[in-house]
Amino acid sequence: MAGVAVSTTINGDHVEYLCQPDETLLDVLRDRLGLTGAKEGCGTGDCGACSIILDNRLVCSCLVLGAEAEGRIVETVEGMAHGDQLHPLQQKFLEHAALQCGICTPGFLIAAKDLLAKNPDPTEEEIRFGLAGNLCRCTGYDKIVRAVQDAATVMKKGV
Amino acid sequence: MVEVTLWGALGQLAGGQSKVEVEAKDIRELFRKLAEQYPGIEPWIEKGIAVAIDGTIYRDTWSKELPKGAEIFLLPRLAGG
Amino acid sequence: MNFDPRFSGRKFSSVGTRPIRPDGVDKVTGRARYGADFNMAGQLVGRVLRSPHAHAKILKIDTSKAEKLAGVKAVITAADLPDLTDGDSAMYDVLDNCMARTKALYDGHAVAAVAAVDARTARQALKLIEVDYELLPHVTDVDEAMKHTAPLINDTLFTEGLEEKPVKPSNVTKRSQFGHGDVHQGFGHADFIVERSFKTEQTHQGYIEPHACVASVSSDGTADLWVCTQGHFVYRQHCAQLLGLEASKLRVTSSEIGGGFGGKTHVWAEPVALALSRKAGRPVKLVMTRDEVFRASGPTSATSIDVKIGARKDGTITAAEATLRYSSGPYAGTWAEIGAMTAFACYKLDNVKTVGFEVLVNRPKTAAYRAPSAPMAAFAVESAVDELAKEIGMDPVDFRIKNAAQEGTRSSYGPVYGPIGIGPTLEAAKTHPHMKAPLGKNQGRGMACGFWFNFGGQTCVDLNIGMDGSVSLAVGTVDVGGSRASLSLVAAEELGIDYAQLKAVVADTSSLGYNDMTDGSRGTFSSSMATISAARNAIKILRDRAAQTWDIPVDDVVWENGHAIAKGEKYGNLAALSLKEIAAASGKTGGPIAGHSELVADGAGVSFATHICDIEVDPETGAARVVRYTVIQDAGKAVHPTYVEGQYQGGAAQGIGWALNEEYIYGKDGRLQNAGFLDYRIPVCSDLPMIDTQILEIPNPNHPYGVRGVGETSIVPPLAAIANAVSNAAGVRMTHIPMSPPRILAAIEAERGG
Repeated sequence: MAGVAVSTTINGDHVEYLCQPDETLLDVLRDRLGLTGAKEGCGTGDCGACSIILDNRLVCSCLVLGAEAEGRIVETVEGMAHGDQLHPLQQKFLEHAALQCGICTPGFLIAAKDLLAKNPDPTEEEIRFGLAGNLCRCTGYDKIVRAVQDAATVMKKGV
Repeated sequence: MVEVTLWGALGQLAGGQSKVEVEAKDIRELFRKLAEQYPGIEPWIEKGIAVAIDGTIYRDTWSKELPKGAEIFLLPRLAGG
Repeated sequence: MNFDPRFSGRKFSSVGTRPIRPDGVDKVTGRARYGADFNMAGQLVGRVLRSPHAHAKILKIDTSKAEKLAGVKAVITAADLPDLTDGDSAMYDVLDNCMARTKALYDGHAVAAVAAVDARTARQALKLIEVDYELLPHVTDVDEAMKHTAPLINDTLFTEGLEEKPVKPSNVTKRSQFGHGDVHQGFGHADFIVERSFKTEQTHQGYIEPHACVASVSSDGTADLWVCTQGHFVYRQHCAQLLGLEASKLRVTSSEIGGGFGGKTHVWAEPVALALSRKAGRPVKLVMTRDEVFRASGPTSATSIDVKIGARKDGTITAAEATLRYSSGPYAGTWAEIGAMTAFACYKLDNVKTVGFEVLVNRPKTAAYRAPSAPMAAFAVESAVDELAKEIGMDPVDFRIKNAAQEGTRSSYGPVYGPIGIGPTLEAAKTHPHMKAPLGKNQGRGMACGFWFNFGGQTCVDLNIGMDGSVSLAVGTVDVGGSRASLSLVAAEELGIDYAQLKAVVADTSSLGYNDMTDGSRGTFSSSMATISAARNAIKILRDRAAQTWDIPVDDVVWENGHAIAKGEKYGNLAALSLKEIAAASGKTGGPIAGHSELVADGAGVSFATHICDIEVDPETGAARVVRYTVIQDAGKAVHPTYVEGQYQGGAAQGIGWALNEEYIYGKDGRLQNAGFLDYRIPVCSDLPMIDTQILEIPNPNHPYGVRGVGETSIVPPLAAIANAVSNAAGVRMTHIPMSPPRILAAIEAERGG
C-alpha cells in the first residue's frame, strides 16, 4: 500500500512523516516517531491510555488515523513539561502518589490538562466525570482526584 | 522427637494419620525422614510443602530449626497474586 | 550470613515518611519504558492464531500458504515447541497453554503464530493458516463441569485426594480438606444455623498494560528477553526450560510493568516470541491485544460455594462448614484449596471443616488474582456471618469481635496464630466515624473482614556505594506499585543517610542472583529484609575502612547516623567519618564498598482487614452505587504510608468492580462474549467515592521493622461488605456475584412478589 505524506505539529514542533492509510495516529506516534508516552491499553477507545489533545480536543489516538493529523496540532504527554520544569499536574501526581504502575498516567495527565483548560475550578464530581474515560486499575482513583484538585488550586493561583 | 500435623491429603499418604512423630532437628531433616517413613509423601515434598512452626509459615528455609515442643504443621505451598 | 530477622522495635527516621518515588518523573513525563515501549534493530512483529472453539481436536494445521506470503519470516506451531518438560506436569500444562498441542481447550487457545516484517503482513499471514478442527462438546460452568454427564476435558486426570482412588477420570482434579474439631457435634450445640449457597463469576485482573515482550534468540544459544512481568527470574526459568536454553544464557530484563495483580506471574506469549525469534533468526516483538488478554491470559476462578455456620444465642459460633468449588480452566490447579484454607481464617472456631474441589472447564487457565481465591470464600462466609448476626439480633461488628481469632487461636487452616490484627481492625471499625454517619434514602451499610497469608521467598539485593557517597540499590523483585521508594527508605534508614542519596533499580537476570516473583504481597516484605541485610553487610565494610583509616580495632568503631564513630574516651579527638568520606577514600583502603544479601525471607506475617461501605440501591433499576468506603488494615509497619494507602484503595476498587459489574460472559457456543473494556466494565472514576483508609501497625515479629505484606488483603472483604450493604439497603440477600443491576432488580422483584 502506498504511504500517505503527513505534515503536522506535535508538541510545538513541525513534524513530517509517511504512514499507511489504515495506520492509527497512536501507532504513528509510538512506532514511527518514538513518542511512546501514549499507551495502547485496548485499541478500541475504552481505556484512555492513548489520550492526546488534537486541535484542543481530547481524543483517543487509537481511534484517529495517522493521516488525519495533517495540518493539525497534536499535544502528547511528552510536551507537558517545559524543559526540566514539570507541569503542575505532573508535579501533583508525584506528590500525591497518584500513580502506582503508571501505565495510565500519561492518559490521565492529558485528560486532566484538557479538563482544567475547559474548567479551571472543577468540583470533585466534575473531575470524576471529566476523567471517566480513563481507566486506572491500581489506585481506585482517590489520589488521582486529589492530585487534580490540588493542581487546579495551584494553577488558579498561577504559581 | 517432634509431632508433626499433616493436612488431609498428606495424612492419607501417611496411612490415614493426621499426626506423625518424627525425630528431626530442622526442616531438612524433617522432610528427609518423612520421605523415608512415608514414600508417598516424597513427590509432595518435591512439589513444595510449607511448614508452619508455632504459626509462622516457612516455605523455603530448610535450615530452620524445629524448637522442642513447637507446634509443627505442614501446609500446601500456595500461589499468590 | 548471621542475619537476625526478628523485630527489634527501633525508632525510625526515614521509614514511615512519604517522599516522591524514584521512578516518578519518568512515569509522569512518558519516558518510562513498559513492555511495548522497547524495540530492537531488525525486529519482526509476532502475532498469534487462536482457536475460535471452546473444545476441539486439532486434526491438521497447514501453514504453507502463510509461509509463502512475502514478508513472513517464521510460522510456528506446537511442533516448534517440542515437549522438554521431562515429566513435570505443571510445566507441561504451561507449554500446552502457550501453544495447543492436540486439542484446543478454550476459546482463545493459541494454535499457531507468525513473525512478519510488519503488523499488517502478520495479520494477513494468520488468515492464511488453515486449521482443521474436530469440534468436541464443551463445558464452561463450574457446577455443570462437576456432573458425571459433563464432557471430559482431560481423560487422563483422576480426582486426587479421595479416600479411594477413582476408577474413572473426572473434571474434578482434586479434593482438599481442612479443619479441626467435629462440626456435626458443633452444629448440635447451635441455637441458630445459617446455610446458604453462593456463586461468583470469573473476573480478570484487568491490568491496563497488555502482555508484551521483545525476544531475541541467537544461533549460539544465547537469548535476550525484554518483558513486562511480575517475576523475570521465574520467566527466565520457565522460558529456558520450555525452549531448551541454559538459564544463564537467557537474559531477561523486566520492563516497567503496567499492572499485574497476579496476572503477570505466568508465561503465555514469551515462549512463543522466543520460538519465533529462534526460527526467524531475528528479534520478535509480541504484544497481546486487549481481546487476547481477556480470552487467553489468566483470569480468576468462577466459584460455587456452600456455607453453613451455627451459633449459640450468646453469639458464640459453634461450628462452621464450607464446600468450595473453583474453576481452574482446562488444567489442574490448587485454587479451591486456597479458598478452603482462607474461608474461615478470621475466626476462632472449635469445630470447622472446609472442602475444596478443583474443577476443569473450557475457559482460560486460571491465574492468581490478588489474594487468589480468598475474596470468593470471604464473600460466602462473611455474607453468612452477617445473616447469622442478624438472626441472633447482634450487631455485626460485635458478633465478629466475639468470634475473632487472636494470638494463640488455632487457625481454620491448621497452625496456631502469632500476633495478628483481626481484632484490632474490628475494634477500629467499631469506633470509626463512618459507622455512625447517617444514611440516606435507599442506602445501606455493610461491613466484612478478610484474610491473606502473605509470602516471603528467595530474594537477592546488591547495594553499591559510589566513590561520591551515593548509593545504588539493585533489587530483583519487580516494582509493581512503589517498592523502589519503600526499599530506598529502608536502605536510607539502615545506612543513616538521606533518601535522596540513593537510587534503586530493578536489576536484570544476568546482574543479580535469583529472586522469586513479586507475588503474595512479598515485594517490600522480602526485599526490605534483603536490603537491611545488604546494608548491614556494607556497614561492616564501612566500619572496617574507618578503623583502617584511624588505625584502631574495628570493634571500637560503631555506625551511627551515617557516620563511623570511634567509641571510647581514648578516641575523643577522632572526628566522625561520614559515608561520603569513607567512600571517597575507598580506592586506597581496599577497593569498592558494597553490601550483598542472598536470603530466603520467610515468616511473612498474615494480614487482616475490615472494610465498611455504604451502598445506595436504585429500587427501579437495581443499580447499586458505592456512597462511602473505608478500609482498615494491618500493615505491620507502613514503610511508605502513601503507597500502603494506595494498595488499600486499589484493592478495594478492584473488589468493588468484582462485586458490582465484572464478569466473564460465555455464550452457549463456549465463546467469550465480552472480551473488551466496553463490555467487561471495570470501575471508572465517576463510579467511585474517595476511599478512606486507616493503617494499623501490629508488628510482624519475623521482620526487623515489623513489616507485613500489604498488597493483597484489601481485595478480600469488598465482595461481602457490598453484599451486606445491599442487603441492608434493599432488603435482599444477594448470593450471586457480580450484583449487577439485573440481578439486584430480579431479587427486589422476587421479594416484592413473594
